[in-house]
Amino acid sequence: MKKSKQFWLFIIAAILVYTVVQFYIANGTMNQFYSNTLIFIAINIILAVSLHLVIGITGQFSIGHAGFLAVGAYVSAIVTMKLDLPFFVAIIVGGIVAALAGLIVGIPSLRLKGDYLAIATLGFAEIIRIVFLNIDYVGGAAGMQVSHLTTWTYAFVCLVISIVVIVNFTNSRHGIAAISVRENEIASDAMGINTTYYKVAAFAIGSFFAGVAGALYSHNFYIIQPSQFGFLKSFDILIFVVLGGLGSLSGAVLSAILLTVVSTYLQGYPETRMIIYSLVLILVMLYRPKGLMGTMEITDYFKLWRTPKGGNQHGK
Amino acid sequence: MEWIQQLINGISLGSIYALIALGYTMVYGIIKLINFAHGDVFMVGSFIGFYSITVFHLGFFPALIISMAACALFGVIIERIAYKRLRNATRIAALITAIGVSLLIEYGVIYIRGAQPEAYPDVFSNRSFAFLGAQISMQSILILSVSVVLMILLQFIVHKTKTGKAMRAVSHDTEAAKLMGINVDNTISATFAIGSALAGAAGVIFGVYYTKIDPLMGVIPGVKAFVAAVLGGIGIIPGAMVGGLVLGVVETVVSALGFSLWRDAAAFIILILILIFRPSGIFGKNTREKV
Repeated sequence: MKKSKQFWLFIIAAILVYTVVQFYIANGTMNQFYSNTLIFIAINIILAVSLHLVIGITGQFSIGHAGFLAVGAYVSAIVTMKLDLPFFVAIIVGGIVAALAGLIVGIPSLRLKGDYLAIATLGFAEIIRIVFLNIDYVGGAAGMQVSHLTTWTYAFVCLVISIVVIVNFTNSRHGIAAISVRENEIASDAMGINTTYYKVAAFAIGSFFAGVAGALYSHNFYIIQPSQFGFLKSFDILIFVVLGGLGSLSGAVLSAILLTVVSTYLQGYPETRMIIYSLVLILVMLYRPKGLMGTMEITDYFKLWRTPKGGNQHGK
Repeated sequence: MEWIQQLINGISLGSIYALIALGYTMVYGIIKLINFAHGDVFMVGSFIGFYSITVFHLGFFPALIISMAACALFGVIIERIAYKRLRNATRIAALITAIGVSLLIEYGVIYIRGAQPEAYPDVFSNRSFAFLGAQISMQSILILSVSVVLMILLQFIVHKTKTGKAMRAVSHDTEAAKLMGINVDNTISATFAIGSALAGAAGVIFGVYYTKIDPLMGVIPGVKAFVAAVLGGIGIIPGAMVGGLVLGVVETVVSALGFSLWRDAAAFIILILILIFRPSGIFGKNTREKV
């Protein structure tokens, strides 16, 4: 009962946010720059939330998320540009192919733990990038032209769907099993949980939404190149999750919003941006290794303050 | 005869990987941390060598020694500032910090001097001589001899000196080493110093051999050296040497077969195969996981 109340509050809040922003965009009050920033924030939130499922909930340290972003971006671009199918088909196909890539990468590499898993995912992401670099069909190193199809509506609908799916997954039996894998893999194995299954499932769902984000990403930039999906992109996504708190969805959302705004303002100074990013990573790990929110959600804070209204569950 | 040529190129490249991999494997062996910043220490070493040669007009060997000393100091500073607090932190926290340090060094260098690449000056004549039909340049011979000397020196330090004994003890069992009166903090710093000095040497050699250096040059060789360390069995010093050489030769062979764009993928494919089929590496022993 309480869960569904929260759910409907979230949907109402989402519709409100959407209507207000859409009104301003249609109205012309909000110019191209701001609406683009909002779309970019939505894409980054989807990425952050999808990686949160892998690192924060299941505890599998993957630093190759940009690889799945690349799969989604390229596959969706092929669907719209080469096959002339509509954009929403491209988003779905991009997500599904990225999820398949997640399965292919996840099944062998999720046997590994900790540092080795991190390095293996990094390696897979690089392999994916090199594969795209070598396929002439998608333009090789020069990249591929993609028309601008991402609108605020598409971005926001995808954002809401990904948050709803991931929250529901987290609260379901499967999500609790995934959390038990994070807390202690050996113990949960001993309790009869099929740890490999949950790790691969979480990885594939995370990859699916990374692919969706990739579809939005590629149709927002006019051109995609393999160099956009290197190590640095993976670290960009990682920092959203780490800063927000490993295990906190609202933390990931908030830090994605915050860092996207900061990096938009620092666009002219890429070095300064990266120096700030790296200092944030180091300082957060040294002084607050759980991230800003730890495993708390915003709603937990509301409960702590004993305010009766528990709405606005996931940031925006 | 072309194959001998490629083999020599591969061994030259591999000895650079091996020098970097030694630092990775020593640090991992002692504090179980993948020091992502190690590739950037290599880059800093390369730049220090570059500036010693161009600005102070030093020869190759003084530049090499200055670079090694500066990198040793740099490695110790990184360890003291960033990693020392993380001794008891989770592995993920340590790994993220290492990534942060790596990015900070890269973009710090870009911030200071810009991102433009630099051409390494010629410190040796480009003389080469024929050997079994292959052209061997003086540079290849120099790289090989410097690497071999450094590796022998490292073996000497690790097996014959007191510091080396302490390093082996700490990597075997930190707690027991502490109880035996070994200063664990200093030993870890010494490990970082030695590993970083080797990375600095690798940086100068890389510059001389490939002539082009830039602030992001450490990323790919760093990751590949890690692959080499895993390939040989991480934490095992001879393993890193062999792993580096094998990786260098494989990459050169892949390029020589005409797949030069796939060269980087080869290293990662090796990594993934090794991790899946023999995670303890060529020289590693299988250890059972205890609850």
